Formats: sequence, C-alpha cells, structure tokens
Amino acid sequence: MSERTLIKSKLDAATAIHDEVLPAGEGWIHAVKKGETFRIVDLDGNQAADTLIYNLHDFSERYSALDTINSQGNIYLTTGSSLVSNLGNELMRITADTCGRHDTLGGACAAESNQVRYAIEKRYMHNCRASFMAALMSWGHEKRDITSNINFFMNVPVTPEGKLTFEDGISEAGKYVEMVATMDVAVVISNCPQLNNPCNAYNPTPVRLLIWGAHVS
Amino acid sequence: MASACLLFEEELRGGASFAHVLKRGTSLRITDLHGGANVPITLFNFELLVERYNMADTLKQQHTAHLTQGHCLYSDMGRVLCSITNDTVGWHDPIGAYSTRASVAKKYGAHDYQEFRNDWYTSTRENFLREIGKFGLSIRDLQSHINFFSKLQVDLTGSMHFVPGNSKAGDSVELRSEMNTLVIIDTNPHPLDPNPNYEPKPVHLSFQRVDAPAADDQCRNLCPENIRGFINSERYFL
Repeated sequence: MSERTLIKSKLDAATAIHDEVLPAGEGWIHAVKKGETFRIVDLDGNQAADTLIYNLHDFSERYSALDTINSQGNIYLTTGSSLVSNLGNELMRITADTCGRHDTLGGACAAESNQVRYAIEKRYMHNCRASFMAALMSWGHEKRDITSNINFFMNVPVTPEGKLTFEDGISEAGKYVEMVATMDVAVVISNCPQLNNPCNAYNPTPVRLLIWGAHVS
Repeated sequence: MASACLLFEEELRGGASFAHVLKRGTSLRITDLHGGANVPITLFNFELLVERYNMADTLKQQHTAHLTQGHCLYSDMGRVLCSITNDTVGWHDPIGAYSTRASVAKKYGAHDYQEFRNDWYTSTRENFLREIGKFGLSIRDLQSHINFFSKLQVDLTGSMHFVPGNSKAGDSVELRSEMNTLVIIDTNPHPLDPNPNYEPKPVHLSFQRVDAPAADDQCRNLCPENIRGFINSERYFL
C-alpha cells in the first residue's frame, strides 16, 4: 500500500463564497474561476463524487485521465496532483486532501454499463452518465463532451499483475479534497447514485461543495 | 476450428496511421515485424460515431488493467466493438497516454517534413486527429485508446513502469469486429518508452473474413459480463 500524505486545508468554511450540499444522485455544473479554491466534502463517507472538468471558455479542452496520470507517472490522485487537460495544460491542482488517494481510471456508471456489469434489466436505474448528460446539456453541450472523469473518494487499485480491483473505501465521514483552479474551469459532478456496488454500502449519500474566492488564504 | 478468408493485407510503416471500417464478421491481425512495436488504436461505432471505445468500462467489466486474448473492447454504450481472438504477446496497455507533437519534440527533437520528408517525426495525437477528421470527428471525440504491444506495469504505490521487450518479432494480435467498427491505427512509440531515439516500428496488417462467434466462443464466455456485452451487440443488429 502506498504511503498517503494527508494535507489539511487552512480555509474556513465561513469565508466560502459558495457552499451547498449536493444530494446523492444529483448532477451539478458550476464555474470555478482562476485562483478560486474548490472543496468537495464526503459528508457521510465512501461516497463517489464523479467529476469532469472543462476549460470554461472552450469545452473541447477538458480533463484527461490519461494525460494526467502520464504527466505524473502515477495512477492515483492526491495533494500535488496536476489535473491535466487533453491539450496538456493544467486545469486545477489538488492542494489539500484528507483522504489520500482518488481514482481516475474507474470511469462513471451508465445505464448500459450497469446492464453489462450487473444484469440486462438494470438499464432503468439512475446513473452517473445520465447526470453528466443533464448537467452538460443544461449548458448547451452534448454526449460527445462526456469524457474521462475523476472518482473522488474511490479506491480502485491496479495490481502489478495487471488486475483492476475495487477495494473498500479509504474515505470516511468528513474527509475532503481541495483544489485550486489554474485556469477558468467548469466543474461537472455526478454525485453517484450507484445501488449495485457495495463500495458505498448500497447507500448513496450527499456531498458538500464549497468555493473560496481568489486571494483567500 | 474457425475458418478465415484473407481480404487484403498491407504494411504500416513506423510513425504512420490508417483508418478502416472493420465490418462485423471480419478481423484484423496485426503483426509486430521487428519486435518492440507500439500500436495505439482507438475505436468508434461507424454508424453512430458518438459511440466510442471506453477504457474504464472495458477494464471494469472484465476486472482487468491489461488486455489480452479473450478480452473484449467495449463502447460507452455497453456493447462489444471488437474482441481479442488471438494474442501471442500477452499484455497490451490500456492506460498509458499517447504522444503529442510537443512531447515528441521535447523527447526526440523537432524533425520536420521540409527536411526529412516522410521520415519526419509524427505523433499519435496528430495522426489520430487527421484520421478521425476524415469522418467528421474532432478533438472532442478523442478520449481513450489502447497501446497494443506495449506493457505498462503499475506498482503498489501507483507508479507506472514501462516494460521493455514485451513484444518480439513475429508476435501478433487479432481483433474480431462484433460491430461495424471504425478502427484508427497509429504506429508511434509509447510516450513512456525509455528509448531516447525516435524509432517507430512497422507492423503488418491482415484483414480477413471470419466466422461468427460460436456458442463456446472464448471472448463471449470469458466472464458473465462479456455474455451480456455480446447480447447488447447482437440486439443492436436485430
């Protein structure tokens, strides 16, 4: 197991310019301007916050899992990780993390992947890609714009033998991850509604989303 | 025993790219001619180009972080685009990135067409973009790909290590199309290959007509997930 360095934030929730609770199964899209700090809090523990990030002014530039892990030579995200776009630019950088490891290879659940993973008749169940679609379409974007995502608070190890495993979560109630925007970005979150996977004890829960203005320390 | 009928074959030189619609019921065999090849490939449903290869679903549904014989390549719509019906290599990399013009120039130096003609240095992203552009697609449609013939090992801390010598001269992999699949092929080096010289390797491509998967097909029966993935692909054609 890797050694995880846990870094706490100095920011006070009382000074945030945005503070809301996103219930499980909801989608969310919001601008985070250059220099602003964004925090996701896992309120009840082991909740996956599936997250997409775009250049606010040109959605064809967006978060790329492969460019991100390639640039840091490591598949996990934590404090210090640059979240890199498909054009090789830094979108955001993780500046605090009390969980210690986040997944970016596991992707997001979909009606169709639920069929394959669990049962053909699971297609009706609500899923992350449906939340992504709704959030993106509300801003005039479309399916083509759904791309690789981060699963904050998820633990999806890859073994030296090349296996992909889903382990028990390493997050717990109150853990958070915080990142600063290094360009103007749009953040899309699907607070995962997954009811088929034991990773969240079959109980999707809310997350809290906070934003601090630039130049706040 | 499956029978195969050769349709056509050609050699794809190092640093080159190619796009082909691999029809349902045909296969593509790629052979590493000299050893050490890297063949980035990305896939789309030719009839519905917003449906495309999805790395995360492919790995999750088969509980694997590498690809070899028996594995299927999934779209983001729960369908099998292609299955890997033969493989003498044993490990193909689905998580490494691809090269870009900037990464190639940084690693190997700039090498333009003006001076070097067709021996200039290309990159996977440029080649992918040029090929998908012919089908009306753009950078928005480039998401994930597979680096065939390359091995990337991940240690317990999550660090990624390129394993040299994974593919030998004569090694091959065969993709059988389960849909009408737009296959985009490139032959640029893996971005984590430690070789300091730009030495992309040529490969041989062989396109064949093949039998439909039988009830005891290895790829279909690899895991319960693949049985359901094949059902989704088959229903698409009903």
